[in-house]
Amino acid sequence: MSGPLVVHTMMLAGILFAFGLIGFLARRNVLFMLMSVEVMLNAAGLGFIAAGARWGQADGQIMFMFILTLAAAEVPVALALVLQVHRRIRTLDADAVTLMAG
Amino acid sequence: MLDWFWTIPAVPLVGFLILTLGPSLPRAMVSGIALGTSALAAGLAASLAVTLLHQGFHPVGHTQALWTWMDLAGFTPRIALYVDALSMTMVMIITGVGVLVQLYATEYMSDDSDYQRFFAYMSLFVGAMLVLVLADNFLLLFLGWEGVGLCSYLLIGFWYRDLLNGLAARKAFIVNRIGDTAMIVGLCLLFTELGTLEIQAVLRQAALQWTIGHPMAIAATALLLGAAVGKSAQIPLQVWLPDAMAGPTPVSALIHSATMVTAGVYLIARTHTLFALAPATQTAIVVIGTTTMLFAASSALVQRDIKRIFAYSTISQLGYMFMALGVGAAGTAIFHLFTHACFKALLFLVAGALMFSLHHEKDLLNMGGLRRDLPFVFWAAVIGAASLSGLPFITAGFFSKDQILLQAWRSPSGGLWLLTAGLLGSMLTALYSFRVVFLAFFGDKHSEVTRSPGWRMTVPMGVLAALSLGVGWLGWSARAEEPSWFLRLMDTAMPVHQPYLVTDAQAGTIALLASGAALLGTGLAYLMYMQRPAVLESVGETEAVQTIRRFLLRGWGFNWVYRWTIQKPFGYLARTAKVDILDQGYERLIMRPFLWIADINRDDALDRVYGGLTRLVEQSAVTAGRLQTGQVRWYSTVLVAGALGLAGFAVLS
Repeated sequence: MSGPLVVHTMMLAGILFAFGLIGFLARRNVLFMLMSVEVMLNAAGLGFIAAGARWGQADGQIMFMFILTLAAAEVPVALALVLQVHRRIRTLDADAVTLMAG
Repeated sequence: MLDWFWTIPAVPLVGFLILTLGPSLPRAMVSGIALGTSALAAGLAASLAVTLLHQGFHPVGHTQALWTWMDLAGFTPRIALYVDALSMTMVMIITGVGVLVQLYATEYMSDDSDYQRFFAYMSLFVGAMLVLVLADNFLLLFLGWEGVGLCSYLLIGFWYRDLLNGLAARKAFIVNRIGDTAMIVGLCLLFTELGTLEIQAVLRQAALQWTIGHPMAIAATALLLGAAVGKSAQIPLQVWLPDAMAGPTPVSALIHSATMVTAGVYLIARTHTLFALAPATQTAIVVIGTTTMLFAASSALVQRDIKRIFAYSTISQLGYMFMALGVGAAGTAIFHLFTHACFKALLFLVAGALMFSLHHEKDLLNMGGLRRDLPFVFWAAVIGAASLSGLPFITAGFFSKDQILLQAWRSPSGGLWLLTAGLLGSMLTALYSFRVVFLAFFGDKHSEVTRSPGWRMTVPMGVLAALSLGVGWLGWSARAEEPSWFLRLMDTAMPVHQPYLVTDAQAGTIALLASGAALLGTGLAYLMYMQRPAVLESVGETEAVQTIRRFLLRGWGFNWVYRWTIQKPFGYLARTAKVDILDQGYERLIMRPFLWIADINRDDALDRVYGGLTRLVEQSAVTAGRLQTGQVRWYSTVLVAGALGLAGFAVLS
């Protein structure tokens, strides 16, 4: 993979990550916040793939496999939490859930 | 044996230690230990007596020093024992009566739940009393003196769950304290004046240093007399002994008739050379003894409680002994002490047997007609009463009382009036003794016999009855000029300075008079309590006789006088002194200013520093707590901002 393509791919990954971050910070629905987290994870994965291709090494792809595994593990936990929150407080608004206020 | 006689007091004390410190033992073992140690002590005492008698009638005493008690700049009292004929006689009485009474008590006390405690106290008493009579110096004697006082207190209040018993014990203890205080002051006086407390040295030194009638001699003997008056229950300190009958009857037999109360007589006899230097004190002894003798005999006439009768009788007989001591006849006093120990212990054991058989009945008027149900006790009572009354020739009491009357008449400080008082007392004694016999054993039955005493109670009574009849001959001499065997024995320990002669005619007169008085009293008792003629009955009902009866029943109202002259004023003073001027001064000068300073200083600088610190921590906690909003988006925003900040810092630098 040539140099400019890598730069573009990295830019795409950065933009995706920024979208994800903004979504995470701006959204109040917990489900959408989780989706934003997925977007950020995948943006980071894209960055690893591009970097691995640029240096002709498998490390980037291995890191991506790890990220996939991490995401797969995170989703059921997160969704279970969401379900519990919905069952107890009858809302998915992250701002309404302030039980841990000091 | 003379090197070993320290074991005599040691053996009962060991028994006491085993019974006190040891575990709770079965009754048979307790009896075994108590009786075994007493019997061993009695056996040792008997062998010592045999050894001493083998040496013949020489004025000898044996000292055995065990160790030095303390050493205080010239004051070095030793733990040392001294034995001569006088202390030997006392040791024989104590161990002999002690073992008999303890044997009796194994049956009498068999139902008691505190069996072991009782025998522990009894053993301690025997040990302490032996220390008292064997002591070589006054300080050790005082230790024994206090020891027997303690045992007396413990045993009077033995049934402590009844409040009255505790009060009686306390009364005995407090009244005895008065005498004991006099004693310790007297001992200090003797030490400062004569420089030693060893009894024999004191007696020798006093004879050298003081002339007859020396004020110091009078003061010292008066203080010792105070001690003897307290312990031997003489007027004016006699009030404790009738109440001391609250204790178990074996205690009354051993402690409050035969041994402890005679300690005062022993003390005066032991120091009789000191008393010979103080004629004024001797006169006081005669007056006290005679008054007490008549007072107690008259009080005994009307008592209903059988033990109180014998308590007053004991006081009265001790009065006889004081009479003899006062006229300088210490040997005769000790002889009466000896016979009295036998027959009075017997009478108390009889009283105990009656209470044992009649379910704790003590009232004489509720007894009666017991002659057939309790024949053994009846004969023991007759022998005891006869000996106490001094019925002529067959009883021990006759010989000793006869001697006292003779001395009271013929001695330089005696006289006819003393003889008259003695004879009157003798008649009263016979009257109240046989009143007990006639009321308890003759006439109508008032209560049923529930159980009869067993051999452990009858054997001691039998032995004491035999002694009450037999020992009188020790004090008998065929010719009046020659002192009897017992008196010669006593002379080895207490030499009489100027023996005065009595003729056969005088002795015969006294024997006749004494027999007459005793028989007259017995006859009067028979007339008043058996025949009961109508004239006497009607006289007895009159108001005047009843008033006298009440007066005598209360023991001449001594308790009443003490209550109004000492107890009440003292109580009043104690109550008024509760808020006294000293307390008020302390409150005004110290307590209130201190409280005032404490009050104004409540908020000082130091307090402020610490208070501020507390508030700072509190405030920080509240502030920091505000950051924790619980909003996940706020947390993540801060996280991102932090990460961006760090990244920016890394890029720029």
